[in-house]
Amino acid sequence: MDFGLSNEHQMVQRMVRDFAAKEVLPTIQEQDRVGGMAPFVIPRMAELGILGITIPVKYGGQGMDYISLGLVSEELEFVDTSLRVVISVHNGLTCLTILQWGTEDQKKKYLVPLAKGEKVGCGAFTEPGAGSDFAHIQSTGKKNGQEYILNGEKMWISLATIADFAVVTVRTDQEPDKAYQGLSTFLVDLDSPGVTRGDIHGKLGVRAGSTGWINFQDVRVPAKNLLGEEGEGFKVTMSAFDSGRYTVAAGATGLIRAALDASKSYAEERNAFGGKISDFQLIQAKIAHMALDYQAARLLYLKAGWLKNQGIRNTRETSAAKWYATDASFRAAAEAVQIHGAYGFSDEYPVERFMRNAKGAMIYEGSNEIQSLIQADYALDKRRDKKIRRELPQYDHQTWT
Amino acid sequence: MTKKILAYIDHFHGKAQSSSWEALGLAAVIAKDLGGEAAALVLGEGVNALAESAFHYGADQVLLADNPVLKEFRPEPLADMIAQAAKEYQPDLILFPTTSRGRTLAGMAAVDLDTGVMVDVIALDWTGGEITATRPIYAGKLMAKLTCSTTPQIITLRTRAFDKPEPDTSRSGSITYLDVGVDTDAVATAISSLQEKGGGVSLSDASVIVSGGRGVALNPSLEPPGDLDEEAADIWKAEQGFALVQGLADVLGAAVGASRAAVDAKYIEYEHQVGQTGKVVSPDLYIACGVSGAIQHLAGMRSSKVIVAINKDPDAPIFNFARFGLVGDMHAILPPLTEALKEYLAG
Amino acid sequence: MKIIVCVKQVPDTAATMTVDNGAISWGDAPLIINPWDEFAVEAALNLAADQGGEVIALCLGKEGETEAIKHALAMGADSAVMVSDPALKGADNVAASKVLAAAIQKIGDAGMVLFGQQSVDTDTGLLPVQVARLLKWPSLTLVSKFESVNPGDGKIQVLRSMEEASQVVDSDLPAVVSVTKDYGEPRYPSFMGIRKASKAEFPIWSLADLGIDPPSSTIGWPEVSEPVQKDVVTEIIEGDTPEEKAKSLVEKLIAEKVL
Repeated sequence: MDFGLSNEHQMVQRMVRDFAAKEVLPTIQEQDRVGGMAPFVIPRMAELGILGITIPVKYGGQGMDYISLGLVSEELEFVDTSLRVVISVHNGLTCLTILQWGTEDQKKKYLVPLAKGEKVGCGAFTEPGAGSDFAHIQSTGKKNGQEYILNGEKMWISLATIADFAVVTVRTDQEPDKAYQGLSTFLVDLDSPGVTRGDIHGKLGVRAGSTGWINFQDVRVPAKNLLGEEGEGFKVTMSAFDSGRYTVAAGATGLIRAALDASKSYAEERNAFGGKISDFQLIQAKIAHMALDYQAARLLYLKAGWLKNQGIRNTRETSAAKWYATDASFRAAAEAVQIHGAYGFSDEYPVERFMRNAKGAMIYEGSNEIQSLIQADYALDKRRDKKIRRELPQYDHQTWT
Repeated sequence: MTKKILAYIDHFHGKAQSSSWEALGLAAVIAKDLGGEAAALVLGEGVNALAESAFHYGADQVLLADNPVLKEFRPEPLADMIAQAAKEYQPDLILFPTTSRGRTLAGMAAVDLDTGVMVDVIALDWTGGEITATRPIYAGKLMAKLTCSTTPQIITLRTRAFDKPEPDTSRSGSITYLDVGVDTDAVATAISSLQEKGGGVSLSDASVIVSGGRGVALNPSLEPPGDLDEEAADIWKAEQGFALVQGLADVLGAAVGASRAAVDAKYIEYEHQVGQTGKVVSPDLYIACGVSGAIQHLAGMRSSKVIVAINKDPDAPIFNFARFGLVGDMHAILPPLTEALKEYLAG
Repeated sequence: MKIIVCVKQVPDTAATMTVDNGAISWGDAPLIINPWDEFAVEAALNLAADQGGEVIALCLGKEGETEAIKHALAMGADSAVMVSDPALKGADNVAASKVLAAAIQKIGDAGMVLFGQQSVDTDTGLLPVQVARLLKWPSLTLVSKFESVNPGDGKIQVLRSMEEASQVVDSDLPAVVSVTKDYGEPRYPSFMGIRKASKAEFPIWSLADLGIDPPSSTIGWPEVSEPVQKDVVTEIIEGDTPEEKAKSLVEKLIAEKVL
């Protein structure tokens, strides 16, 4: 069992780390204060191929594997969560979902420009009245000849006002046997008539990002934009979460590392009671927990990434990685604030931003309460993953590059 | 026994780098200690004045080549002359200042004279004529002691690591003129023009930095023009404050730095930012004015040799890291400080 | 035009350096390409693109330590050569320069050899100068700009930085150039480049392959140590007036020899 990162992975890690440190870090504190995504970020990530990193070259991507996607997420969130959110919704919820469920035509039309970074994608699933209870979403899609008419509102959608396309799940069968059976997922061009969107302000965290709402008012979507079959929307959405959730897990791991590094730096500089506070056991205990959590979170997401590479179903592992890493990142960030004392309470230091950012990840991409229910179901043998009609493609160096 | 020490006088159009005199000063000290002689090597065009200065700074002898082919810096003809001078004079030790040119010429001399070169040396031991050089490696994270098994020993000295001697204008000595056999056409390079270096010292290279923090805008006795809104008034006050910082920097030939807070408040451009997310600097002298000393800032200037902090707040964290602290209003302290330094440096 | 870029491997600049039993140690910090060399690789790639040519990365190092070469390849270098030989352990700058010069001659037909300005470990900046001297090629140090390159005529014009001014230097080719950070930001390795580089194969030449005996080194390192950490003793300058404090500070600074 080789727990080391390959040479290729190390180079990917270094490249993204350098990019984020050189080009984003210098202004991120300011950007967070001002709010909103800095205009250069997404085009620059597109230019560097980051927006298509885990998509086969023949679909316009860079042909790297799923572990690379995790490493990219970790390195981006080390600088700020808003960067990793782009990966989660564009690469994860959108690109990988199309890779998994799309027809060749859909891949040509949507995946290629997305992977090249010419277009930006987002996932529109959550609604004002339904998050965890996804089966009971209210948005509808009514079949009308060769089209579906979409109505409803999606909320808390990252990149809502920036994206060109969205993966949207709505209720297409108003009287299914079971609630989760009546859903369908569509690829929607957000420039379509009837689509309105806006930004959400006043968030606790991820302020340097873009979060918004999308309203569909009689939006006409071609039937050929169905992702998967009618009625498969729940499965498609859960697949999307397996992809997005993985990047959240990896990203939160990066946040733990950021909190750890900041705490180490500060503790080695700060003097009190005649010594450096890094010499005091209570501070050391906090740092030890962060370091341990980093090790654990890292192993969890890398294993999930490895399983994705092998084409092995990994809903359980990805959920576990997300749950662990996000809980741990909030703990780490909060302790980092504590270690910084009064300075932690000020935006002169990054740790308060880490803490505010970390909280979001405990809520989105499947709240941690949902993750714990998922884990209980697996642990108690109440849940076995059945094969789904379309699995996330295994990484294949030959065909992907 | 080390008897003859040759110091290369690095200059630009006849104006010596002051580290050349540090090298000559050291040569003289070693020569005195070991009972030898210190010589200066002056190459260029119109450099007789340098020869005179060399005597003032401790040379017993000057080896001089004055020739148009040596006017502009080109490594090849200069290196040829150095090799020639070394073969004639047979020094035991050749000292170069570690300037852009000194480093190059020392490297070539080592090849020409079949010996080694020790670069960027900060301390030298010559007990019993055996030389051991100490130099920093890995950006100063480690120290190495070096020796060389052949002669001449060639060493480049770090700037300001050795004292510049007091010039003694009564001293003089003999000049040996070197034959310049180098043919201008044989040199593969030609200098077609010179460009002035852009104004302002680069932060990363500066040996002295004066920085302003948020306190730069907090001058209680300043009244901004009435027509400015709050943010513009704040920036106006900061500009006045940074003018004081610049004034001090000008006198010291220093670069101007700033804390994150000052940059975020738009008092100064980001390129001046020192700190974790700005530039990391390690000047010999860092004067922080109205800078609280947040950890991020400290991360950028911690390894400065001497830190001076000027801040109204006696509890500012920077006072824990400064070598010298002045508790007081920077707006009141900078003008007299600038004056006092101006006087000292002129005299 | 064939452009050779010399690259070196160094410990990550953030590494904590220690001395363990007399030997330099960087713990488990990774090895990286010498950051200064990235600028040289960038320059080489741009020149090759402008002039039509190939970029060959040349590295003198320990077999298996391939990070520098791989980074250069990932940035876009066309091929690489490694020179490695146990006899080169402890080689000083002159010895290393002799080996590089021999390798450059074995590669043959180079129009230009580029180096980074210096390396972050031993920081001497001597190799570009010494290699030039050994090859008897012009040494164009501290170049921040390539004003014009004319391989057909064998001419080049560069901007060289010195402390007081910059020189516009006309030179013959081939030449050995060292590139400064002012040249411009080096590109990141592309993902395609990273993939190619991680699979790349390149020859490893020993001294026998170069046809030279181990060059002798004259520089010895009798001791390496960690610098003594002195705690800063803060002195608050007293004075009744700002003028007094200012004067007192000046005196202290003179005594500290920082003026």
